[in-house]
Amino acid sequence: MTMVTVEVPSVLANALEGQRSLQVPLPEDGTVGSILDALGERYPLFARRVRDERGQVRRYVNIFVGPDNIRRLKGLDSTVSPGQDVLIMQSVAGG
Amino acid sequence: MNQARCGVALFAMDNDQRTIMAIGTKKGLWLAESTDRETWTLNGPHFLNLEVPSVAIDTREGRTRILAGVNDWHWGPTVVYSDDAGATWSEPEQGAIKFPADTDTALARIWHLRPDTAERPGVVWAGCEPISVFRSTDSGESFELNRGLWDHPHRSQWGAGFGGAAVHSIVPNVRDENTIHAAMSTGGVYRSTDGGTSWEPRNKGIRVGFDPDPYPEFGQCVHHITADAQDPNRLYAQNHGGVYRTDNSGDEWISIADGLPADFGFVFLSHPRTGGTVWTIPLQGEGERIPVGGRLSVYRSTDAGNSWREQHNGLPDAEYNVVLRDAAAVDEHPGSVGVYFGTRGGEVFASNDEGAHFATVATRLPDVLSVRAAQFAGAAQ
Repeated sequence: MTMVTVEVPSVLANALEGQRSLQVPLPEDGTVGSILDALGERYPLFARRVRDERGQVRRYVNIFVGPDNIRRLKGLDSTVSPGQDVLIMQSVAGG
Repeated sequence: MNQARCGVALFAMDNDQRTIMAIGTKKGLWLAESTDRETWTLNGPHFLNLEVPSVAIDTREGRTRILAGVNDWHWGPTVVYSDDAGATWSEPEQGAIKFPADTDTALARIWHLRPDTAERPGVVWAGCEPISVFRSTDSGESFELNRGLWDHPHRSQWGAGFGGAAVHSIVPNVRDENTIHAAMSTGGVYRSTDGGTSWEPRNKGIRVGFDPDPYPEFGQCVHHITADAQDPNRLYAQNHGGVYRTDNSGDEWISIADGLPADFGFVFLSHPRTGGTVWTIPLQGEGERIPVGGRLSVYRSTDAGNSWREQHNGLPDAEYNVVLRDAAAVDEHPGSVGVYFGTRGGEVFASNDEGAHFATVATRLPDVLSVRAAQFAGAAQ
């Protein structure tokens, strides 16, 4: 089974049992959305932090596949290739 | 899930009682504690850098639950609660307030948290953005969307006030659990008499200054409503220009602005036990939005708004920040009710004698968005 690495900032680690880096199976369709779905089933708080009730990525959350922000790719339908990492980061917000 | 200890709280009025004030700000939550409501110690910040637009303290059935509507700019809004005066906090893993999937809507902000009466001890209401009412029957750990208001045919015509489109006031009737009033900006006052199944606008007499029709059926920018302590059919409204009272559950509103230095503002507080006693904090004009003449004062009426008296002892003569609608509260002290509020300049004031004089609780906090206070029994933890 092909695995991909998902990395999160420290503020999200408490929603992932303290983990900042996870190895997750690459789903059949290989999309970021499916990876988040699978993680969300196991970690509901993580799911709620990253996506709203509609399933959309929150406005001030950025998700990268390798170096590319998925907003400049195909959003949650962006695909992850074996060997690529998924990086979740918070963007600039607040005051 | 961060599991809180289940604090066994004894709500008793004795010499050991302490008052806890929850202060929600633009950048975190502070808790202030006092045994005399004159000198205070601050504890915080909790949730540093997160907006806390709503707080509630639920002391029904011996609880000492502090609820907070926390808005994380990155990771979204949620409700957290503490049963041990802020020592630990719990957040329901699935989220306490969520829009159902069929609404295709995401919660933006929790504007208002309101425990119901002592006779309905598990019920907590939430007013949210986008315009919505949620109800909890498990003391705020999970909420359900009120479909009657969500599916209201007026929805497409409701607007957004400057701060957003939200229900900011929910007033359950203490004698009739089927009657609820809710107010929104903009939309005005709506009343349900069937437990929230259906809602009707109740704005007759409330003027709008931003529409060709000065008295529309709905669309008013009512800033806050509160109910009288003795007569649940008597309510008070601070409007976006105009101060009003209804004596018939909202069927008709009359102006009670005479005697106030201005009719703009956000705050309206009612005494928890004494009918006709209310407080408001007038602001100078819509376009200026400062305390009148820069003099920060509370105005109190003991005759249901027929006359007003300024309360300024202990408050600054020069203050240019407003007090927002949920940034003011009264407690239920059995002797002399406390009056509390905070400004957008981060100053917090408390009165232990119904507004006769105020003590400064805190200065230089971030913008104060929400304030609540209640008496707890026992020493600090």
